[in-house]
Amino acid sequence: MADKTGNLSKTKRNRQIWAYIFILPQAIVFLVLSLYPIIMSYVYSFYSWDGASPLTNFIGFENYVELFQTTRFWGALVTTIIYMVGTTALGVGASLILAIILNANNMKGKAFYRTIYFIPVVATTAIIGVIMKNIFGIDGSVNQFLQTIGIADKPVSWLNSSTLAMLMLILVGTWKNLGINMIYWLSGLQSVPTDLYESAQLDGAGFWQTLFHITLPLLKPILVVILLLSVVSGMNAFDLVKTFTNGNPYHTTETLDLYVFNYAFGGGLTGSTTRMGYASAAGVMLGMFTLLISGIFGLISMYTQRKLKKEAN
Amino acid sequence: MIITSKIVKYIIHFILILIGFIWIFPFIWMVLGSFKSNTDFIVSGNPIPEEFNWDNYTRAWVDANFSGYFVNTVIMTVATVAIVVLLCALTGYALGRVDFPGKKVILGIVVGIMFIPKGYTIIPLYELVDQLGLTNSLFGIILAESSGAHTLFVLLFTSYFATLPKEMEEAAIMDGCGFVRTFFSVMLPLAKPIIATTVIMQFIWTWSSFLVPTVLTISKPELRTLAVGMQNFVGQHSTDWAGMAAGATISLLPVLIVFILMQRYFIEGVAGAVKQ
Repeated sequence: MADKTGNLSKTKRNRQIWAYIFILPQAIVFLVLSLYPIIMSYVYSFYSWDGASPLTNFIGFENYVELFQTTRFWGALVTTIIYMVGTTALGVGASLILAIILNANNMKGKAFYRTIYFIPVVATTAIIGVIMKNIFGIDGSVNQFLQTIGIADKPVSWLNSSTLAMLMLILVGTWKNLGINMIYWLSGLQSVPTDLYESAQLDGAGFWQTLFHITLPLLKPILVVILLLSVVSGMNAFDLVKTFTNGNPYHTTETLDLYVFNYAFGGGLTGSTTRMGYASAAGVMLGMFTLLISGIFGLISMYTQRKLKKEAN
Repeated sequence: MIITSKIVKYIIHFILILIGFIWIFPFIWMVLGSFKSNTDFIVSGNPIPEEFNWDNYTRAWVDANFSGYFVNTVIMTVATVAIVVLLCALTGYALGRVDFPGKKVILGIVVGIMFIPKGYTIIPLYELVDQLGLTNSLFGIILAESSGAHTLFVLLFTSYFATLPKEMEEAAIMDGCGFVRTFFSVMLPLAKPIIATTVIMQFIWTWSSFLVPTVLTISKPELRTLAVGMQNFVGQHSTDWAGMAAGATISLLPVLIVFILMQRYFIEGVAGAVKQ
């Protein structure tokens, strides 16, 4: 008997060792290519460093002090927040309406519509930015169309006024990601048991009653997931911003990650030298900000889940 | 839910088709534009070209080096997809089928990685690849690309492997398979749906990737990928818009084809991952 349990625990230990070996490659990739860079971005942020010379000029918190005194940095933070809130509010709401329509049992052509609305999601964002830049350019298709049908008598400068440019960025960002939010919502809608709908119908509940009393309350848990994913993707808007507006006009559409990029790699835009240390400090702030936002969301989602459980009991 | 009124249904279809047209208009515009001459492109508001010519494609493919970028993108994408699938399947198998100390911590880290913005790590990543002497090869880009957040895939593999019956594994052990052989010859082939999902999603992400290839090819333009190569059409004084439209079409076509062929797996995969 003792021998048998000994053997069992031996195979068990054997399995555990193999489990660690299986995780090892992913762990190495994580340590070397994610954790080490994160730590190093903190280290770099304490140096005055151009990226080429040796890392010797330790300046403590000076980069951060300069960062906090720079209006352009605060502008980038505000732009990031506006973009994130704008795309989330527009995208999450509109995609819910679309998903509800495309989940209706007797709608024809659902697969066709889903495919059409999903295409921008898979298309390369950097290329979309370039295309949109042309479509909404001064001589672009949109302006030519508006002038031809007589709505506008002179071309609208979509991308040269800061308010309009920001609005365009949010609209295009929403357009790009609506399909993925739609799929998230659909997965939530499909997990609503059909007999709930059937009994509601027997009780004589109409479309709106069913929507507000059955569908929407059951979607609460998935709402948290969708909001979180939308917020995280809103924080990382580099591809679109770089290719569509490139932060113009006058840095008013510059997001935090574009700010980091411009100071770290875009020497031509910020002066003759790159400022890796300073850019790292901005990168650290971007990381902390993302962490803060997702932390708040984590707490909210934990709170709602606990409340839902209580209600279920 | 059921929409009962016929008129409402027609109105909804009308609106869906109208929005659908707006949704794909930029792509139609791009493909049509790629056949225009540059003057026609800039002057004419009509999206349909006066005459169809293929000059833009030759210019993009040969002069703007999209042939080279195409090869780079294929190599980078295939290698990254292979690495990511292997890493995630291994991790998912260990997490899904074995109880070991520290499992919860590792799961926590996997989820946490999702929230690390690329802007956070791009500078040290660039330095690291530079120090390793890899800025002059595609290998550096492949490494950096494989490092991203694979939360979705790891969780998909984990939950899939966790649901497979124990008997399958026991039968394999009875046949004399060790842990590794059980994984590769019995369990992994069963995970085909998850592998398919991972391959398609990672393919699309890597193919479209922009920040990492932009940064890592700053000093080596010939290593650029298609997404980054679009810059070639922007000249000092003027932009070759028609060439750019052709380049964009060349870059987008493979992703769109992969998506349309595999869209069932892709959409189901995304949906399945959310339900977890």
